[in-house]
Amino acid sequence: MMKTNDIKTLQQISCEVRKDVLNMTTKAQSGHPGGSLSATDIIVCLYCSVMEHDPAKMMDPDRDRFVLSKGHAAPVLYSILSRAGYFPKTELNNLRQVGGMLQGHPDMNKTPGVDMSTGSLGQGLSAANGMALAGKMDKKDYTVYCLIGDGESQEGQIWEAAMTAAHYKLDNVIAFVDNNNLQIDGSVSDVMGIEPVVDKWKAFGWHTFEVDAHNHSEILSTITQAKAIKGKPKMIIARSTKGKGVSFMENVCGFHGKTLDDAQLRDAVSELETNNSLGAEINAEEVSQ
Amino acid sequence: MTELVPTRKAYGEALARLGKENQNVVALDADLACSTKSIQFGKEFPERFINIGISEQDMMGTAAGLATCGKIPFASTFAVFSTARALDQVRNSICYPKLNVRIVGSHAGLLTGEDGASHQAIEDMAIMRALPNMSVFVPADSVETNSIMDFLVREFKGPAYLRLSRKGTPVLYDSNYRYKYGKGTILKEGTDLTLVACGSMVHIALQAAETLQKENISARVVNISTLKPLDTDLLVRCANETKGIVTVEDHNIIGGLAGAVAESLSELRPTKIKRVGVMDTYGESGKPNELYQKYGLTAEKIISKAKELL
Ligand SMILES: Cc1ncc(C[n+]2csc(CCOP(=O)(O)OP(=O)(O)O)c2C)c(N)n1
Ligand SMILES: [Mg+2]
Repeated sequence: MMKTNDIKTLQQISCEVRKDVLNMTTKAQSGHPGGSLSATDIIVCLYCSVMEHDPAKMMDPDRDRFVLSKGHAAPVLYSILSRAGYFPKTELNNLRQVGGMLQGHPDMNKTPGVDMSTGSLGQGLSAANGMALAGKMDKKDYTVYCLIGDGESQEGQIWEAAMTAAHYKLDNVIAFVDNNNLQIDGSVSDVMGIEPVVDKWKAFGWHTFEVDAHNHSEILSTITQAKAIKGKPKMIIARSTKGKGVSFMENVCGFHGKTLDDAQLRDAVSELETNNSLGAEINAEEVSQ
Repeated sequence: MTELVPTRKAYGEALARLGKENQNVVALDADLACSTKSIQFGKEFPERFINIGISEQDMMGTAAGLATCGKIPFASTFAVFSTARALDQVRNSICYPKLNVRIVGSHAGLLTGEDGASHQAIEDMAIMRALPNMSVFVPADSVETNSIMDFLVREFKGPAYLRLSRKGTPVLYDSNYRYKYGKGTILKEGTDLTLVACGSMVHIALQAAETLQKENISARVVNISTLKPLDTDLLVRCANETKGIVTVEDHNIIGGLAGAVAESLSELRPTKIKRVGVMDTYGESGKPNELYQKYGLTAEKIISKAKELL
C-alpha cells in the first residue's frame, strides 16, 4: 500500500474506518465500539502513513509490526487491514461469526496481516519487545508499534515489559497509551488511577511524548520525532476520547462493549459524514495514488 | 552405583550445544539461569540470551514475540513459575497462537527438596496438558533430555513444555537412544502388570519391577516421556497384555500421568489402574529422598499397589 501524509486524506480514512467499526459491530450486535473509536486515528496514521508493510509480502521479515495490545479494539484493525488489501472488505460483515476469520480479538493465524494474537490485556507490550529484540539480534531496522489501553496499564505485566524495553534499550519500540480515561467499570481515575502516567513512563526509562490522539498531524510529527530518538523505547501518551466522532457515544462508559441499534447507527453515520468535509467513500486504491 | 545426572544439567549442555548448531535458538530466563542451567548458553551466546529479571509473565510474552520473528526461544524458570505464575501468558500469547516457544520448567516435583512446597511444582503437568496445541515432554534421564532437545530444535514446531528436575537421577538409556515424538518406551518386559512411569520416577519403577520379579511377579515398565500427545497405542497394548496398570509420577495424582492414562484407557480399553504419586497435597522442606519416603514415591508403594491389581 502506498502511503500518504496528506492530513485531509487521513481524516477521510479515519471517518470511513469509524463507519466500518460501527457498521460491523452493529451488524454483529457484539464488539467494542468505544475503545475502537478512540484508537482509530492512531491506527490509521500507522497503517496509512508510517509503517512499512505490504499485503503482497505479508510475512516479510523486514516489515514494521503492530501489536494491538488492547485487543478488544480489533474492529479498527480489521477495517484498516481490509482497506489496505489484506483481505476482502466483505469479510467485515462476518465479524465474530462462527467459522469467520475475524475473531472477537485479534488472531494472527486466522486474520491475514495481524502480527500478534491479543485479547488478554497486559500482554502485547511484552510480545512487541520480543519482536524488537529479534530485530536487534538480526540487525534489521524495522520498528515495532504497540497500542495499550489506559485501563490496561493497571496490569503488572505492562510494567515488567516497560522495564525490559528500557533495560535492553529497545529504541525500535514505539508504543502508545490510548488515554481515554475510561475502562469498563467507570473512569480510570475512579477505578484505579494511573496518573501521573507520563512521569511513570519517564521513571521507567522511556522517552515520552504527549499528543492529541485525534490530531493526525500531531500524531505523525510525534512519531517522526520518536523515530529519531535512539537508545530508549518511546511512549506516546495519546490523550483520547472514548467513542470519538459520535457525540452521543463520546465519553460514555457504557459504549465500551455495547453496540448501536439501527437508528443509532444511522444517526452516528450521518454525524460522522457531516463532520467530515469530504464525506465521500474512498478506498485503499484511491488512497495509494 | 550408576551415575546420577540431573536432567536440568543435560538441558543446559544441550541448549549450549544446539545454540552453536542453530543461530535461531535464543534463551530467556527469569533470574534463575544458574539453577535452570541456561547460564551455559548465556555465557556462550550473550547476544542471544535475555535475562528478563524476575518477571515470568513478561518472559513468556517476550518469548512469544521472538517466536513470531522466526526465533526458537527456550524460556526457563522453576516449573511452578513457568506454568502457574505465567499461565495466562502461556495460554494466550504462546499456545493459542501456536508459537514456537519451548517453556522449560526445572525443579519439578518433590525432588526439588529443601526449598519446600512453594517451589515444588506438583500440578504443572496437569496444567500444561490441558492447553490445546501444547506438547508436554518429561524426560526420564539425561540421555533422553539431550535427545528431546535435539528434537525440539531440529524438528518440532509449536508450543512445548519441558519438565526437568533439580536433583540427579540415574542414567537409564545408553547414548544411542533416540527419542521419538509421542512414543513411550518399554524399558523392561513383563506379563503380569504394567508400571507406567515418567520423569524422575522411572528408575524407581524399574527398582520396583526387579523386586517384584524376585517374588515371581512379572512387571512391565513403560516410560512415558511424552505426556502429550500420549502413546495410547502402547497403553492399549499394555492393557491387553497385562492385568492392570500402576501409574507412577512425582506429581499430584490428579490430572498428570495418572489422569492422562486413566482418561484414555477408560475410553479405549478399560482396565484396572492404581496411582502412585503425590496424594493431592503440597510437599514440604526436606531432603528429596526423605520426601520421597514420606510422600510414598517409593518402590515399596509401587509394589503394594501392584499387588492390589493381582
Ligand atoms: C486480562 C484481562 N482482564 C480483563 C479483560 C476484560 N476487559 C476487556 S476491555 C477491558 C477494559 C479496558 O480498558 P482500557 O484498557 O482503558 O481500554 P479502552 O478504554 O481503550 O477500551 C477489560 C477489563 C481482558 N480482556 N483481559
Ligand atoms: Mg481506557
